[in-house]
Amino acid sequence: MTVVAIEHLQLALSGNQVLRDVSFSLAEGECRALVGESGSGKSLTAMCLLGLAPPNAVLNAEQFSVMEQPLPAQGHRDWRGWRGRRIAMIFQNPMTALSPTRTIGAQLSECFRLHRNMDRRQARAESAALLERLAIPRAEQRLSQYPFEFSGGMLQRVMIALAVACRPKLLIADEPTTALDVTVQAEVLALLRELQHEQGTSLLFISHDLGVVANIADTVSVMYAGETVESASVASLLCHPAHPYSEALQAAMPRLHSSEMTVAIPGSPPDMRGTIHGCAFAPRCKHRMAICEDSPPLLASPRGAGVRCWRWHPDYPERWRLQHD
Amino acid sequence: MTEPLLALHQVSCHFQRNNEDLAAVDGVSLSIRAGEVLGLVGESGSGKSTLGRIIAGLQRPSHGTLRFNRAVLPKTLQRRRVGQIQMVFQDSYASLNPRMTIGDSLAEPLLARGERRSVIHQQQGYWLERVGLGARFAQRYPHELSGGQRQRVGIARAFLCEPQLVVCDEAVSALDVSVQAQILALLREIQSDLGTAMVFITHDLAVLSGLADRIAVMYLGELLELAPCWQLLNTPAHPYTQQLLAAHPEPTLDRTKVQVAAPRTTELPLPLSTDVGCRFADRCPYALDACRQTPPWLKVQAEGRAVACHRSDYIAGAAPVG
Repeated sequence: MTVVAIEHLQLALSGNQVLRDVSFSLAEGECRALVGESGSGKSLTAMCLLGLAPPNAVLNAEQFSVMEQPLPAQGHRDWRGWRGRRIAMIFQNPMTALSPTRTIGAQLSECFRLHRNMDRRQARAESAALLERLAIPRAEQRLSQYPFEFSGGMLQRVMIALAVACRPKLLIADEPTTALDVTVQAEVLALLRELQHEQGTSLLFISHDLGVVANIADTVSVMYAGETVESASVASLLCHPAHPYSEALQAAMPRLHSSEMTVAIPGSPPDMRGTIHGCAFAPRCKHRMAICEDSPPLLASPRGAGVRCWRWHPDYPERWRLQHD
Repeated sequence: MTEPLLALHQVSCHFQRNNEDLAAVDGVSLSIRAGEVLGLVGESGSGKSTLGRIIAGLQRPSHGTLRFNRAVLPKTLQRRRVGQIQMVFQDSYASLNPRMTIGDSLAEPLLARGERRSVIHQQQGYWLERVGLGARFAQRYPHELSGGQRQRVGIARAFLCEPQLVVCDEAVSALDVSVQAQILALLREIQSDLGTAMVFITHDLAVLSGLADRIAVMYLGELLELAPCWQLLNTPAHPYTQQLLAAHPEPTLDRTKVQVAAPRTTELPLPLSTDVGCRFADRCPYALDACRQTPPWLKVQAEGRAVACHRSDYIAGAAPVG
């Protein structure tokens, strides 16, 4: 079953086209990473999947469905049946995502009481069991503590507990480990992977760190200036990036055991307040051609699902592709 | 051997908290040579930022001495030091005054030094060009700039007095990879042109791989390992450094490379001055009873390498580290 199917998703905020063409799909049990710089629209795409797009947003899509059902209009009350139960989200900063004035137990049990109709005692027992599952020591005692009494890593585990409490079909994780130390990050990633396999959840993992992505995801969609510019499996994206931006992004990643310096991408992303003509990446691209004045369509690349670059057009000289294979 | 630019001797910084004596930095000794880039790595709570603030003169050490160019630095900031040691902060927005134009912010360190208006104006323009922004940015306010542009201003402000030492506290951590690579390249270029020494504080070891000459690893206020960059990254000697490197996600397909150290059942403890023994012992796979009783000291080994671990000889012999 296709859990998420998005095709030509567009979103305008007060006249500015911030999502220009987002297309990807997510199969059952798959983990897809959305990669891109800040401002590329990856978080906004996630917000649309939760019905949380800003009220002035104008949304347009050829297909926009979860579990083969169309989603309600943004902000509609029908979303209550989706959020938490079928689609859940892990936010980047657990400190601001949890209420500072209520205990962890109260916030966790709420989820069980609302969505699974449990009574107070059942919900508390279930919460404790869940925290225990997530390797939080002294779970029972921890339930009556407040968020400020937790460390960042532990709080992120609580966030994960909250998200998986109702065994959603789709889990969205928005940079869940960016605020954590590397050792804690490795623990949290391992936990997420474990839970995902255990529950058969599909995971949409938003990140800007290709290292983290290589670790957790099966497939990747790279976003740039409100578009998905390349979708491929992790292996082919890392070994044979088809889009120049994916390639540049990789070269910019600092690596531990590499004597090569990181290569910065010259220039900066386009201003989303104006209209973008042609390929959005063209001004920064080292392979720029005359045809890049026209927007490239989503083309098939040999190893990936799709790439938005003229160089993969069937009419493009064969010699370049040979070079790359 | 040449005299180090900055020498720290047994520097500690203690804070009082709930009647406990918290040792944020505990007996750190290290030296920085002129023109050298020293990477300072550790998890949050390791005291790396506090040490950076002590070096920059923003924090009083409770014990220990700092020598800068052979002169003992006073415990508080003094005019004599103005301009000699500068700092680049992590949060570029919070570190620039929102009501001052970029030009005014850049003029501030020069004004403090009593420079003439014409010199200030010329320096402003020169540095804005140098960091890739252009003189027109002098009239703008911090909120009009992107994160990467603001960090460029922070760099210009730090280097404009041609200091001998710049402390960068997580200067690229808040930036996207592509911008991060740009800022790192800029820092490297300016640093090597001017021959400025740099203390680069970060939690991301990979950032240091093309930048640092030596790397110091801190954990709960203590210095655990100090080694030349490539040695530390390729043959880490301290078990903590090994864990840090193993946990680092590399963009490769070999997933077995990232290992989770034995999942921590307790949270990171607070470093107290009453602690006995090695603070890392609870997370260390090699810990013996002796480790919990006597604190390890920094032992100098071959090739400018120093490790604070009782069991370093055993680990070097026993554990193949990849």
